Amino acid sequence: MSKPKSVLVLAVIVTLLAGLASSATPADPIRIAYVDPLSGPFAATGENGLNQFKYATDAINKAGGVLGRQLEIVPLDNKVSPQESLIQLKKVIGDGIPFVFQGNSSGVAHAISDAVQKHNERNAGDRVLYLNYSAVDPALTNEKCHYWHFRFDAHADMKMAALTDVIATNKGIKKMYIIGQDYSFGKAVAEAAVAMLGKKRPDITIVGNELHPIGKVKDFSPYVQKIVAAGADAVITGNWGADMIALAKAANDGGLKVPFYTYYAASDGVTAAIGAAGIDRIRLVHESHPGNPNAPKALSDYIIGYRKLHPQNDVNQPRIHTGLNMLAQAIKRAGTTDVDKVAAALEGAEFTNLSGDQVVMRREDHQLQMPIYISVHTNKNIKHDLDASGFGLSLESKVDRDKATQPSTCKMQRPS
Amino acid sequence: MFQLIFFSLLNGLVYGMLLFMLSSGLTLIFGMMGVLNFAHASFYMLGAYFAFTLGLHIGFWPALVIAPVLVGLLGALVERQGLRRVHGFGHIAELIFTFGVAILIEEVVQLVWGRPAKSYQVPVLLDFPLFRVMSSSFPAYKAFMLVVAVAIFAFIFVILTRTRAGLIIQASLTHPGMVAMLGHNVPRVFMVVFGIGSALAALAGVIAGPVLGTFPGMAQVLGSIVFVVVVIGGLGSLTGAFVASLLIGIVQTFAVAMDVSVGGALAAVGVHVNPGSALHDLWKVTIAQVAPILPYVLLVLMLIVRPTGLFGTRET
Repeated sequence: MSKPKSVLVLAVIVTLLAGLASSATPADPIRIAYVDPLSGPFAATGENGLNQFKYATDAINKAGGVLGRQLEIVPLDNKVSPQESLIQLKKVIGDGIPFVFQGNSSGVAHAISDAVQKHNERNAGDRVLYLNYSAVDPALTNEKCHYWHFRFDAHADMKMAALTDVIATNKGIKKMYIIGQDYSFGKAVAEAAVAMLGKKRPDITIVGNELHPIGKVKDFSPYVQKIVAAGADAVITGNWGADMIALAKAANDGGLKVPFYTYYAASDGVTAAIGAAGIDRIRLVHESHPGNPNAPKALSDYIIGYRKLHPQNDVNQPRIHTGLNMLAQAIKRAGTTDVDKVAAALEGAEFTNLSGDQVVMRREDHQLQMPIYISVHTNKNIKHDLDASGFGLSLESKVDRDKATQPSTCKMQRPS
Repeated sequence: MFQLIFFSLLNGLVYGMLLFMLSSGLTLIFGMMGVLNFAHASFYMLGAYFAFTLGLHIGFWPALVIAPVLVGLLGALVERQGLRRVHGFGHIAELIFTFGVAILIEEVVQLVWGRPAKSYQVPVLLDFPLFRVMSSSFPAYKAFMLVVAVAIFAFIFVILTRTRAGLIIQASLTHPGMVAMLGHNVPRVFMVVFGIGSALAALAGVIAGPVLGTFPGMAQVLGSIVFVVVVIGGLGSLTGAFVASLLIGIVQTFAVAMDVSVGGALAAVGVHVNPGSALHDLWKVTIAQVAPILPYVLLVLMLIVRPTGLFGTRET
């Protein structure tokens, strides 16, 4: 080794050692796992969710963190596959990460929920908490409920109740077509739609009730033709991600001009794909104020801040902010990251979310109680657009918390 | 009913022709090198992304030509610098190499363009309904897709069967040793075919991107179905790829329109299945629900009944 080189190596070693010494912080971060698709057809949805988690985490960390410790999001790719999710969950448990957030796909949610329940029953010493921010199959807080699962989004029945209230007022609709992805969530949406429409508008005939494989359909034109041929006046769909983009595109191309009542027809490329063809025609039911025409200040600032970091992405899941902050609040109240104590602190916890609404985590079934909003796709009076497309969602109606609530069949077993 | 059949037929044709553009290159490459090119659908994806980016600067029409040429050159480079070196180590090495290239391309696409879907739009010139039949319309862009695909088929067919270059390519498929003896540069023929195959896939991507969506998962979504086409048509057979593409396109489109289930069909002839029986759920499944897996059912049947495929000459 020549002299200058050895000096250089020495310098590098010294700096590295110095770096090590100074980077040893007084407290380790509180790690929170994020298990969702980061590759494959639904990667866009998962990636945007991850960015929103990081954004919400940064705000908490800047304000001093929780119990003097920083929060750290650990992203794990599950490819929306229940099997992959269980492998990632093993990793989470093995690494001693106490909190798991997951949201995309109720199929995955059931797998994680079951595994977490079994693990926690057998391993009282190192339990994990499953925080579900988006999987809305009602079963998760009804017949399949358990103590270690908390849901921060309104479930499919709560949303469908609000959606069918709006549909009931539209007297022009006589024939309804229901299309969805073939898994627990798509089926839950279809069942709820049939049952609730039957009660609120018995004069509406269901002319189609279609399930297609999730993430496998490349071109929805054949389905659109079928909807047209059935003579439908309106469509209900729970499709999300790539399946929603493709359905919207095919509907535009096929000249299908009927109203769509949806759960997820916005953001992550969907709003851009719908474009001008969907104005005043596409409606969406969600848990948050859409940001237009007059957004609450907190939400508006949050959206602007996020857009600065991610100009192409939207804050399409403010429930991520709710979930993360309610967790942080529960950890603070418990004074520890011990899962048992945090879970106890989360039960019955109240929080004021970005929309300015007071939400409550119901003890009985761990379903967050919240108001529900119905918005319409438009380009009029849009302050916060989606997909940087000039189009966005505008508030049409709001169902208050006590009206949006649904009974639960959950018989919660609490650890003794 | 007429409306449904008519539009299903048209949609089936468009989808089938799109599959053909992808599978024609793949089947030629397989015929020649004896290797299933896993990266083929990735070139399709690259075509869509290149055209999207080029389209922002120079418009759709120049991009329609330039993007496939760029991807074709990239394909030729992959063959020349990668596949040819790996060739000496046997088929397994080649297979793994193309698999690696596919993963690499997907990751690079995610790095460069990000994960969210790109808003790659149909050109304004073609963004209108071509005609209306009763309450549905047929977009002009889909007619354009059909025309391009038919033109490609005619082009390849004429080149392969009517020109001297085609003669050499066909000979290289079956008797590479003999062709080399006659003084032709067989490795170069391979490189050119690989490049053209990649360019065709890219062209399919350019015109499918606005309709089927431009996102990093697009290669994966279409990749498996293209292999089905190639196997059903017969490995290495262009006619086979053409027939199989149309067959799958039309079968899949029509299947979606059919709400018939096994239980329903049995009920029609007077046999009623007990709702409590274990198989009840199976009987309730409609043809529409299984439409997307029908091609794979067809694949399995084909491998059992006729392993050479419809027009193939060798066992798969």
